[in-house]
Amino acid sequence: MKNNKISGAEAVIRCLLEEGVNLVYGYPGGAIMPVYDELYKFKDQLHHVLVRHEQGATHAAQGFARATGKVGVAIATSGPGATNLVTGIADAQIDSTPMVCITGQVGKHLLGSDAFQETDIIGISTPVTKWNYQITEASEIPEIMAKAFFIAKSGRPGPVLIDITKNAQFDEIEFSYKKCTSIRSYNPKPTLNLEKVKEAAALINSAKKPFILFGQGVILGQGEAELKALVEKSGIPAAWTILGLSALPTDHPLNVGMLGMHGNYGPNVLTNECDVLIALGMRFDDRVTGNLASYAKQAKVIHFEIDPAEIDKNVKTTVAVLADVKESLSALIPLIESKTHESWHNEFKEKYEIELQAVINDELKPKKEGISMGETIEMINKHSKGDAIMVSDVGQHQMFACRYAKFNSTKSNVTSGGLGTMGFALPAAIGAKMGMPDREVVAIIGDGGFQMTIQELGTIFQTKVPVKIVVLNNEFLGMVRQWQQLFFDKRYASTEMINPNFIAIAEGYYIKAKKVTKREDLDAAVAEMMASKESYFLEVMVEKENNVFPMIPTGASVSDIRLS
Amino acid sequence: MENKTFTISVYSENNVGLLNRISGIFLKRHINILSLNVSESEIESVSRFIIVVNTTEKWVQNIVGQIEKQIEVIKAFYHVDEETIFLENALFKIESSLLFDEKQIQNIIKESHSEIVTVARDFFVISKSGQRAEIESLYGKLKPFGIMQFVRSGRISVSKERMQISTLLETLQ
Repeated sequence: MKNNKISGAEAVIRCLLEEGVNLVYGYPGGAIMPVYDELYKFKDQLHHVLVRHEQGATHAAQGFARATGKVGVAIATSGPGATNLVTGIADAQIDSTPMVCITGQVGKHLLGSDAFQETDIIGISTPVTKWNYQITEASEIPEIMAKAFFIAKSGRPGPVLIDITKNAQFDEIEFSYKKCTSIRSYNPKPTLNLEKVKEAAALINSAKKPFILFGQGVILGQGEAELKALVEKSGIPAAWTILGLSALPTDHPLNVGMLGMHGNYGPNVLTNECDVLIALGMRFDDRVTGNLASYAKQAKVIHFEIDPAEIDKNVKTTVAVLADVKESLSALIPLIESKTHESWHNEFKEKYEIELQAVINDELKPKKEGISMGETIEMINKHSKGDAIMVSDVGQHQMFACRYAKFNSTKSNVTSGGLGTMGFALPAAIGAKMGMPDREVVAIIGDGGFQMTIQELGTIFQTKVPVKIVVLNNEFLGMVRQWQQLFFDKRYASTEMINPNFIAIAEGYYIKAKKVTKREDLDAAVAEMMASKESYFLEVMVEKENNVFPMIPTGASVSDIRLS
Repeated sequence: MENKTFTISVYSENNVGLLNRISGIFLKRHINILSLNVSESEIESVSRFIIVVNTTEKWVQNIVGQIEKQIEVIKAFYHVDEETIFLENALFKIESSLLFDEKQIQNIIKESHSEIVTVARDFFVISKSGQRAEIESLYGKLKPFGIMQFVRSGRISVSKERMQISTLLETLQ
């Protein structure tokens, strides 16, 4: 009789292939070695990217997931390998990114013995995963892996961690795989209630000053075309959260800009003047709402949302439409009256003029000698023509990137929103580029965040992934410095950075590198970077003490947004 | 919004780690769990958690939403005391000699509707089911005589309204 048995480790690989995975990020170690041995055997079908730190594997998997819409996969060993994943998992959890992390674990007989590299990663990862599970028997692998992928990508997506004891990787099983399509205790897509859609439509049709806020739910639910159809038919101005950015082209005439703490003036001020607020796939994060006690109190709120726990969590709704946003918008659009809302649009235009004079002109055409972050982003726009994926890190440069970047198509803005993870961008750019090799990927990073995951330059060098890296160097942890300036009497505690020679570091990894210190050299340098077929590192020395404005100070209302 | 006592009922699959996941939801919000009980439910293979908290209705709604979001949770509810039938159970371990030396103890047991579950040479055990105040009152009466050990269980409760779990499970199947 033929032996059809395979090892648990091989089963893990076969499960990944069954799920259509052909790219994983990871770092080997003792407790995951059987899986790595199989990765070696399957290297023609499943490409493994060796990162330089496990955190990089999670961010690369996130970048891949955000740019492609598919599930990102990261693999690590037990103990420190597993704990190093935690930041990326927490980031994926709060930003609803589909990701499956696989960790090795000590053998079942050693669990709880404080064995070498044993750590309770299930306990540690529980609060930051959508689901996690420890496999201790090889026979569990196919079913659990199938569940992991189903849970990670269905409903409101999120990270799943599967911890596999070493014995389960070695033991042999008869392999058969069946994709998971339902779990009885889990209802990822609430059934659309058409009555709620009708109520929403009636409110929208009767509104004099309706306002759409769109978030990442539109991208995750693949509802971009429906969003565009809705705004065009209804004539309603639409503004985005930073994770919703690129769901509607930035140049679309009905796209009125960015919400929140450093968002545009009009969308923030007029949030408190609209009569119907239509929230699509967004969760009213505190960075969007400012002080909830004075947030859109005059408005009736319609919330289109897939996650029941988000309804009324921060903002009390008048009508909640619980469903997949693509489905609910498809049902809504035919019920919406065609309008233009001209005078309401003019209010946004007036507010934009105010912001243009007070903030934007200074940023994009600065009078100061030093280069501004905004003009650098504008220069990248000029050469990318809005077709690049922009991966930003966390801080001032991120706000400038999100405020000024131009995007023609969806899934183009990859950034750490909810968790605000410095060090996210460099590895995330690797994942985004590998996921979308035909698109240009530009990472925008500050000098602080760059040094948090700088080792991933090694991954870029080894894989030759042609990402473009722009470090906006102000020799400060700029966002913290800005807060110190505004709210802590300029006591710049530990925010000034004495930086190394970044060019030498990039060149040490054999990455083409250039440094720009003068405005007149910026255009040519960005052009050269964008034209490069290989990875390219561009350091731009920017004005040291510029601030990001507008700004809603913590605890203030959206309508109290400051222009200076 | 004022704080109130809420009883949260959670119907779930019986999984390792789910208790940790659920308790973490309270931990993240810095909310103390007053009592917790996990047992089988009326449905085979479905567990039932009874969690008692003192908080605002807004928080309890938020918590129940987060609990329901957990993959292995089938459904979660919350109720105020008036909407449930609830009790706790307590055990008192007391020196046997007192049962014979202190006549009053027998009266206390009778009046409190508690029962003696075992009598050994050195000790006997009283069991009392009821609401917190009744157990506390019994505790107060027995305390002067000396209690060797005392333990009180978490609240268990059933709702007055019907729990639609079976029909829900059928639609999910």
